[in-house]
Amino acid sequence: MKKRWKRDFLFIAVILLGAAVLWWLLRPSGEGAYVLVTVGGEEAGRYPLWEDRTVTIGDRDYNILRIENGSAAIVEANCGDHTCVRTGAVSRAGETIICLPHEVVVQVVGGAPSDFDAVTG
Amino acid sequence: MKTSYLARYALLLALAMVLSYVESQIPLSLAVPGVKLGVTNLVVIFALYRLGTKEAWMLSLVRVVLVSLTFGNAYSFWYSLAGAVLSLAVMTVLRRLHWLGDLGVSVAGAVCHNLGQIAVAMVVLRSTAVVYYLPVLLASGVAAGVCIGAVAAVLVRRIVW
Repeated sequence: MKKRWKRDFLFIAVILLGAAVLWWLLRPSGEGAYVLVTVGGEEAGRYPLWEDRTVTIGDRDYNILRIENGSAAIVEANCGDHTCVRTGAVSRAGETIICLPHEVVVQVVGGAPSDFDAVTG
Repeated sequence: MKTSYLARYALLLALAMVLSYVESQIPLSLAVPGVKLGVTNLVVIFALYRLGTKEAWMLSLVRVVLVSLTFGNAYSFWYSLAGAVLSLAVMTVLRRLHWLGDLGVSVAGAVCHNLGQIAVAMVVLRSTAVVYYLPVLLASGVAAGVCIGAVAAVLVRRIVW
């Protein structure tokens, strides 16, 4: 019985270690350059972070994205849970805002401004 | 089927449904969705240890369907189903293997519940962006699994059935 307690403990430690390693690997890295908005996996737009603007994603099911002072946040949405609004502002490469009910993903992508121009042509 | 068996089954099912409902009414103001205690898992673990594998599966699946029909929607159904199936599958196997104690099995169940939901989110969003939730959901799954496992261990031992 005592042995099994030890194994439980070890098992829990391994999961927590895995979580810590993942967290470290996925941590935001560097300055973000623009946000990539996808709805249901389809790209819905790319907006540079250095230009202030307000975008409404979707129409009947909407999320209002505001880009201000180099960071992006969803300030209003008519989804059920408002997790996207609570996520707050994102600005560093790799940070994301997700609205599960509306299938919206707003992801900050890094890279120099020149890369951005190259992508948009 | 004996009447007492039927009555106890119904009692557990009702309990699981009520706990699901109560939990869905508790707002957790967190930036990561899916962080929760998983009190319903108490009933499932109790069924798994005291009634048997088949009974626990029946209870869990019927609960998911009934809860989605009454309190949820088509969108929440797939999340609950994936979480419940993956969680119970892993708990069933781990219990049979006798590698881990009650606590370990409960933690594995809680963590797998979250993994199942992340998998559904990936399919729904057609994006891997949800992996950013993974570290938090792994840690919260461990915390929830420890709490529920500790309580479930007592219930499994003490409740007169």
